[in-house]
Amino acid sequence: MSAAFDLEAIRRDFPALDQQVHGRDLVYLDNAATTQKPRAVIDAVRNFYERDCSNVHRGVHALSQRATVAYESSRTTIRKHIGAHDSREIVFTRSTTEAINLVAASFLRPRLQPGDEILISEMEHHSNIVPWQLLRESTGAVLRIIPISDEGNIDLDAYQGLLGPKTRLVGIVHVSNALGTVNPIKEMIAMAHEKDIPVLVDGAQAISHLDVDVVDLDCDFYAFSAHKVYGPSGIGALYGKRKHLLEMPPFQGGGDMILSVRFEETIFNEPPHRFEAGTPNIEGALGMATALEYIDGVGLEAIRKHEERLMKEASLRLPEVPGLRLIGQARQRAGAISFVLNGIHPHDVGTILDQEGVAVRAGHHCAQPVMQRYGLSATVRASFGLYNREEDIDALIRGLESVREVFA
Amino acid sequence: MSDLKQLYQEIILDHNRNPRNCYAMPEASCSADGHNPLCGDTVKVYLRIEDGIVREISFEGAGCAICTASTSMMTESVKGKTVEEVIELFEGFHHMLTGIAEEQDVELGKLRVFEGVREYPVRVKCATLAWHTLRSALGEEADGPVSTEDS
Repeated sequence: MSAAFDLEAIRRDFPALDQQVHGRDLVYLDNAATTQKPRAVIDAVRNFYERDCSNVHRGVHALSQRATVAYESSRTTIRKHIGAHDSREIVFTRSTTEAINLVAASFLRPRLQPGDEILISEMEHHSNIVPWQLLRESTGAVLRIIPISDEGNIDLDAYQGLLGPKTRLVGIVHVSNALGTVNPIKEMIAMAHEKDIPVLVDGAQAISHLDVDVVDLDCDFYAFSAHKVYGPSGIGALYGKRKHLLEMPPFQGGGDMILSVRFEETIFNEPPHRFEAGTPNIEGALGMATALEYIDGVGLEAIRKHEERLMKEASLRLPEVPGLRLIGQARQRAGAISFVLNGIHPHDVGTILDQEGVAVRAGHHCAQPVMQRYGLSATVRASFGLYNREEDIDALIRGLESVREVFA
Repeated sequence: MSDLKQLYQEIILDHNRNPRNCYAMPEASCSADGHNPLCGDTVKVYLRIEDGIVREISFEGAGCAICTASTSMMTESVKGKTVEEVIELFEGFHHMLTGIAEEQDVELGKLRVFEGVREYPVRVKCATLAWHTLRSALGEEADGPVSTEDS
């Protein structure tokens, strides 16, 4: 059970928030790009280096045993956090991107025939577009796109129509990094499963905002990164149903992913180690687990409510800025709010906001197809984390007034 | 605010609002496309060159205020110059913003207003995109669309 949501106490847990930028208190509204790290995560990484630093899965000495236990306990923490039943269904990766590439290479590639279809949506991040394009080029498969509405909702009727006898995989983002849309993925997974089509969910944004339960969702794969959920960068995880992982060939070859190696024949290790070639990012895994424990301690329900208030406030107040237009007004949104200012390029907005101490993202958010969908090359994106305050929205709006002054 | 005024000087804002020489030129003797993959901004530069002199120059596209104003002011500053003079101006402008090229004794004139961009490293590419594209149109860069991420 979580205690009451104490925003000031939470803010004190994040050392990076307490700084000035260009002489102003930092207002960090770029959480969809990466999140700041709580002291607990920083300490977990430091403790590993100061006490337990050694390699995992091989040493007989004390440090290696401690490192191995900590590394494998991290896997268990991640399993519990996303509601999976079996720790062997959690594969450590470098990132969401690598997790998606792993599914592309080891799960889908062996199943693809020329003309087979991969279905993704119009609002995907490049990381859930480009791996499939690479696969398309080497297999002759076809990439098909689920359209979205002007508001930024998935067109479920079109989706139903696109699920066909040749569809081999659906790859869908849980929460859009560019629009903030929360997709009805449980419903979409059920629709795909009716036709025996597996579904991969890109959970990079969702993991810090929503209470993800992979068993309830019944997704086949769920990919996410630690750095978007207050953990270190360079570490992520792939959840995959055990029945799939058991059938999949290795992703990369090397140490730790084998049971025995002879020049004539190598016997591969069992999942998840089969997919974790080489010395892993041990301290990253520890930091990732600590980050998830941290948000579990605060309570995802409390975090969701707090962030919903911020999103609602921002959605009400931003359109009061003259010339401001919100991009994406989906039924359900989380985390990010995208907008443009009439006649002022997002890059100029971003530079001026930065001078006011307000960090936002200006650009295409690595989601160029969805930008094109709205006839834009870029937007300004403010994205929230659990430590943001209503005052941050005040600062954003004051900053936008400065932008308008400069361009008056 | 004063730092920002140094970046967004009135002449830059004016060229952003009313870009000069912003039109397609079907009869151009050469043209090139430029692209800044970091922000998705694109610009197309057209040139009509006669006897080694830039008789006419125009552009389409551009993006942020720095990029648009830089492109607009570039077209004004190179018109009537020889190709060699244009390349010298490119080198001088590039040096002012990055300090990478060889220092040259080039009269930059109004282009000096972009000096403030040097304080904003991520925005330097916004100011130099049009110039790289121009050099590409003049055949001084490799074929194909020029990108701010090349070298």
